[in-house]
Amino acid sequence: MDNRKILVIGGGVAGLEASKQLLRLGLHPVIVERSERLGGHVAGWYKLFPDMRPASDVVNQLVEGVKGATVYLNTRVAYMNRLKDGFSVMLGNGTGLHCRAVLITTGFRLFEAARKEEYGYGVYDRVITNSDLEAWFGGEADGRIPDNPRTVAFVHCVGSRDLKAGNQQCSKVCCMTAVKQAIEMKEKFPDAEIWCFYMDLRLFGKKYEDFYINAQQQYGVHFVRGRVSEVSEDIAGRVVLKAEDTLTGHPVKLSADLLVLMSGMLCNRDTESLAAMVRAEVDSDGFLRSRDNICNVNESNRPGVFFAGACTGAKTVPETLAEARAAALAVYNYMSGND
Amino acid sequence: MIDFGFSLSKSSSIKLDEVDLSLYRRLEEVEPGVRICMGCGSCSATCNASKWSGMSVRKVILDLQRGRDMKEMLSCCMLCGKCSMVCPRGINTRHLILSLCRLYESGK
Ligand SMILES: Cc1cc2nc3c(=O)[nH]c(=O)nc-3n(C[C@H](O)[C@H](O)[C@H](O)COP(=O)(O)OP(=O)(O)OC[C@H]3O[C@@H](n4cnc5c(N)ncnc54)[C@H](O)[C@@H]3O)c2cc1C
Ligand code: SF4
Ligand code: SF4
Ligand code: SF4
Repeated sequence: MDNRKILVIGGGVAGLEASKQLLRLGLHPVIVERSERLGGHVAGWYKLFPDMRPASDVVNQLVEGVKGATVYLNTRVAYMNRLKDGFSVMLGNGTGLHCRAVLITTGFRLFEAARKEEYGYGVYDRVITNSDLEAWFGGEADGRIPDNPRTVAFVHCVGSRDLKAGNQQCSKVCCMTAVKQAIEMKEKFPDAEIWCFYMDLRLFGKKYEDFYINAQQQYGVHFVRGRVSEVSEDIAGRVVLKAEDTLTGHPVKLSADLLVLMSGMLCNRDTESLAAMVRAEVDSDGFLRSRDNICNVNESNRPGVFFAGACTGAKTVPETLAEARAAALAVYNYMSGND
Repeated sequence: MIDFGFSLSKSSSIKLDEVDLSLYRRLEEVEPGVRICMGCGSCSATCNASKWSGMSVRKVILDLQRGRDMKEMLSCCMLCGKCSMVCPRGINTRHLILSLCRLYESGK
């Protein structure tokens, strides 16, 4: 193995963890990240469930781990061609590379909340998303968040489980994110009443149910089973939500000082064009298609093309990291002919 | 009032930020477990009084959280305690009903 270069497309937590492991396995990862920073979405979050560890901590630790890898920021892949012994790659910055394998770790994009027009994102002053709230927790100013909200409402499943919006999948992390953010808001504003409007509470992971019980018991967060059908604004500038409380069977109305939309996770827009370059496939949900969803989640249908993280579907950070490690091993086995 | 020969039915819509939660808040104080009900319905499914009278601890808790008067429903409970045995959140539902009855008594 003379040429040990592995192209890693995307410098989020998946790309970083996989690169760290590739380095340890004696390979040479080349990380191509289209934005100006490493860490992907996690670099924009404040504290991570379930341990409430600062996201910056996790990202710094991962970035530390890729010392020795080649990193290109603000760079995209212009084209990739399959050769007999790997791929010839041209980057947007004019760099040409010859890589033995390609690991795609391009992650997800957040559903554009403005597309659910009935929720008024970008129209009413007091409507933000989960991602906006994380940024604000992290210290970014946000004029939409009032100084002392009395009522804060969270809407689950925004752009998820929504056939009409073109995404029938559950985004998996947003129930937990909502409960986490509800608790964080109550800690910041102890006098506020916090309401979560959900269709189902999907709290599948380690310690997630503890968050739910704590949110109820310790923080008095209210949970209403029903999808918010519309939002309007009253003269005072508060948002007025309408939903059905499906457990009592009554329509309900709530005026809130802040509305937080739990935007879902969708595939990246350029997934298709990227996949086409290496003739990998896109699945019916728009995410990259694994060779097998049980045994070979990390592998594409093409030799030498691997996946890790949220580019194959909604995932949490620990799941992403575990996949990244598995992908590095799959690449190593492929390179060593152990397939 | 002028009689127009027809009447309007009362809106069944609940204004969540205007409901009177004072009774629920007092219940929370003596029965903090009430907060962790997850509406599973185990209590009402197992209740012997339920199919004859409509008794449901789940409904009592939820409707109190929506500011409704649940006094009438409480009178259907035989205080047998079966519901407490099945609640997966470990809420002492029987005791909760007793406490609620006491609150209604004292508020009279
Ligand atoms: C609001 C919110 C809060 C969350 N909070 C938590 C939490 O507390 N705990 C938890 O476990 N999980 C949480 N998650 C999930 C977590 O964000 C994901 O698990 C994680 O981001 C997946 O990492 P990734 O590297 O696969 O993808 P991403 O984070 O999306 O990273 C992908 C990277 O690839 C880059 N990229 C994309 N396309 C290209 C391209 N064509 N060329 C070059 N680069 C490209 C992107 O710029 C990005 O840097 C949360 C998710 C949301 C939406
Ligand atoms: S995790 Fe919860 S909020 Fe997110 S899509 Fe699934 S059910 Fe909806
Ligand atoms: S205590 Fe009351 S509510 Fe509970 S099972 Fe017995 S009759 Fe039903
Ligand atoms: S069994 Fe317990 S958790 Fe379930 S509805 Fe009854 S009181 Fe609530």
